[in-house]
Amino acid sequence: MPQITYREAIRHALAEELTRDPNVVVMGEEVAQFNGAYKVTEGLLAKFGPDRIVDTPISEAGFIGLGVGASMLGIRPVMELMFWSFYSVAFDQILNNAANVRYMSGGQINCPIVIRGPANGGTNVGATHSHTPENVLANHPGVKVVVPATAYDAKGLLKSAIRDNDPVFFLENTILYGDKGEVPEAEYVIPLGKADVKRTGTDLTIVTYGRCVIHSLKAAETLEKEHNISVEVVDLRTIRPLDIDTVLASVQKTHRVLIVEEQKPFASVGTQLAYMIQREAFDDLDGPIHRLATVDAPAIYSPPVETEQLPNPGRVVKAVLAALA
Amino acid sequence: MSKKPSAPAAKKVESAVPASDYALTPINASLSREQKIELYRTMVRIRRFEERSLRAYQGKNAAGGTNIGGFLHLYIGQEAVAVGCCSLMGKNDHVITAYRDHGHAIAVGMDTKPLMAELYGKITGCSKGKGGSMHYFSPDKNFWGGHGIVGGQIPLGTGLAYALKYQGKKGAAMAFMGDGAVNQGAVHEAYNLASLWNLPVVFVIENNGYSMGTSQARSSAGELAKRAAGYNMDWGQCNGHDVFEVRAVMDHFLTQAREHSRPSTVEIDTYRYRGHSVADPDNTYRTKAEVEEYRNNKDPIQVALHQLLAAGVFTAEIAEQIDAEARTEAEIAAEFADASPYPTVDDIQKDVYWESDHPAERKSEGRLFFD
Repeated sequence: MPQITYREAIRHALAEELTRDPNVVVMGEEVAQFNGAYKVTEGLLAKFGPDRIVDTPISEAGFIGLGVGASMLGIRPVMELMFWSFYSVAFDQILNNAANVRYMSGGQINCPIVIRGPANGGTNVGATHSHTPENVLANHPGVKVVVPATAYDAKGLLKSAIRDNDPVFFLENTILYGDKGEVPEAEYVIPLGKADVKRTGTDLTIVTYGRCVIHSLKAAETLEKEHNISVEVVDLRTIRPLDIDTVLASVQKTHRVLIVEEQKPFASVGTQLAYMIQREAFDDLDGPIHRLATVDAPAIYSPPVETEQLPNPGRVVKAVLAALA
Repeated sequence: MSKKPSAPAAKKVESAVPASDYALTPINASLSREQKIELYRTMVRIRRFEERSLRAYQGKNAAGGTNIGGFLHLYIGQEAVAVGCCSLMGKNDHVITAYRDHGHAIAVGMDTKPLMAELYGKITGCSKGKGGSMHYFSPDKNFWGGHGIVGGQIPLGTGLAYALKYQGKKGAAMAFMGDGAVNQGAVHEAYNLASLWNLPVVFVIENNGYSMGTSQARSSAGELAKRAAGYNMDWGQCNGHDVFEVRAVMDHFLTQAREHSRPSTVEIDTYRYRGHSVADPDNTYRTKAEVEEYRNNKDPIQVALHQLLAAGVFTAEIAEQIDAEARTEAEIAAEFADASPYPTVDDIQKDVYWESDHPAERKSEGRLFFD
């Protein structure tokens, strides 16, 4: 199977869906002539032309709202936010208009929009550019939230997202863009809402998603080699809809849980997971649910310290050992 | 690429027609007698619907409870704007507005029974009791709401125009807002996109003089519509008390949108007699004399009545009959709303996701709802 980058996998998904459906339009800041701020859309303008690959001004509330309106009339806009951190300047369009229009119209109007872009810290760009809003987004009924960790998942999930009739928010990661993974040449889609057990184990379940999957897999190797601890890694892949059944099945097997997330701790995705696991698998648990999150402060700039503010393999190892102590 | 804009400079479009002659402009002179009467009838129907809704809001139902909850933003006094604009709609023309939306909903042709039922929070409402007064929608009438956040609908209206252009349809979007909305950033972002991309949208500022309780003089610098010139858009102003003037002025800008895919901004001078919402005591920011001045001298229904009587389009007897029918229609709508059932608790989680409403076609897995 060919190895391609996470970035290329997303680009391939966009190109395939642009080819399949003439209503798909890619729109965002620097997506066309500049070839994408992170080169995700590189070459798409040359292949699909300026009607399909559209550069916008720096005007997130305006162009995201325009995409929402266009989607009501049958366009399938795939909007790029250069950083998901900029969702705050388009909050009303994303979470009042896209999320609510179907409900407030009594089901008369659909909003098949995809908003995608990176949402991560770890790149020393400070607090304004390092937000991870998946918990904030997923708090809104009516929306779907996807956070892929690998090239294979990113491609299959993005194709599903573009075909979905509900608004889908797709959160990528600048640090993963260059990571290579096996991606088949033949077309495939991955349904939203289906978790993936990325590593099987027996002593403890790590429930995680996004780049923390990669950290957790590295930590699991260390734990096996140096501590003879067998860790299972469940990658949620989608935050909403949520595949809690796969999580619960793993908990029934290992009886121990550590949640790893690049979120601020208060009211995070992990908070919701912990509630659901204790509610639905209380008798399977041999100890309290543990959680490793970002150190609770705005994202620090200082490069070596930011690495320690976020989850990383070393912190995951320590958290697993603490959970099993 | 040049740093200079390539489009011609924006201009204010002045009408050459004397105020008394708008009924004689081609877009109005071509109307049949029935069509002229229909404009009048629609304004009266909006007025009577809203007066009836106000009585329902202030009264109690048979169980002693409220008929209508939340806010009720009445359009009374502004009827000529929605009726004039929406009477120009062709099959590819679309409308979106803010929360003072009852007039537009009736003007695009929505049935008043589900509109009243929506106010009552009933399952027979146009949004199944899920939207309320501020959130009327009827995509089958090209009416896309009904939006609660000031100015938030303007990017959506621009997106409707974008979709029309992308799909190669010759039509226009009318994006309505109040005078308060011109100070919202989203409106300016939409202006820029619409002009930059040559989108067929007419931004309609319904200037009733007050953004809630703050007068234009206390909230907005400069002429409201003139801000469009900064975005290289043509703009115009118009008297919104005369439905024929609204039609004549809007026809020009809608034609620019449909034929040349150019956006514009039109500021229509109008006035609301009631408070910002029913909860507004309406005694702190304007005088009763001011309200009476508009009511007595500029009321759009009275203006149209005198025009149509003078032109011999109809008689006072027919006008009275129209009024009686509108009162009856409003009463029937209220009875329908009153007799209709509420949504059930099970209905709360319907219409949230397309997928959960179409389980046989669902492709995603996992839980969509949480408890």
